[in-house]
Amino acid sequence: MVNFPDAGLAKDESVLVTEAKAGSYEAFEELVNRYEKKIYRLGLNLTGSPEDAEDMLQETFLKAFEHLPAFREDSRFYTWIVRIAINQGLMKLRKRRSSKEVQMKDASNDDGEVIPREFADWRPNPEQELERTELETILQNAARSLPMTFRTVFLLRDVEGLSTEETAEMLGLSEGAVKARLFRARLRLREELSKILKRG
Amino acid sequence: MNCKDAIQQITGYLDGDLDDDLKRMLEVHLKCCHHCQIVFDTTGKTIELYCDGKLFPLPGKVRERLHNALRAKLKPRSE
Repeated sequence: MVNFPDAGLAKDESVLVTEAKAGSYEAFEELVNRYEKKIYRLGLNLTGSPEDAEDMLQETFLKAFEHLPAFREDSRFYTWIVRIAINQGLMKLRKRRSSKEVQMKDASNDDGEVIPREFADWRPNPEQELERTELETILQNAARSLPMTFRTVFLLRDVEGLSTEETAEMLGLSEGAVKARLFRARLRLREELSKILKRG
Repeated sequence: MNCKDAIQQITGYLDGDLDDDLKRMLEVHLKCCHHCQIVFDTTGKTIELYCDGKLFPLPGKVRERLHNALRAKLKPRSE
């Protein structure tokens, strides 16, 4: 008889972390299974490249295993691996582009008012009307149009569901800066998407 | 509340950060301002699209390569 894993009997995350810390590869693999999809999506949205996202995915979990003994469990395991993933992703981007370009873009876009210019309503269900891959390309291009610090704040807060405090701590920003960047990131993304998703 | 103030408060509203008075003022403004209502709706939709779990799936081959790489590099170390 084949035994299928029962979601109701899924092991508590803290138990898996303890077992993985003690050297259980199976426990670590279970943690990987839980979060691999989310880390890959984060990589795609952060780097805009499937190759970089795949590298980031592998490097994140390799680093996580290596540094697991140092994980103090004062944050959620997911928050901890997101931090590793963000660091890996940013390193990758810096290697690809000149770090000067990334920093200048960040600095020059930090202030300034965000004024909405697109007021057309969107088509009702773009996720149903468009091919999945087409919509993914639209979203990735819009995310890529944001300065890096805005992009990371948006992805951490809105997509990964981290709190303002966690995001601030992870990126070395004040909570006020996170809120201000999130505001600008959301409105800029909305402007970019509006150009494509507006009705007729 | 004018449009400029309303736009400033939209993301605070989405995060549940506004106090009751500000929330009510924004809601009143949105009811009578079509442009701000659209900005409000489409900002929410922007977040919703990026969070859609059906988008950006992990391809089977990528998953396979991930687990192969982890097994090759980590399993011997855990034994």
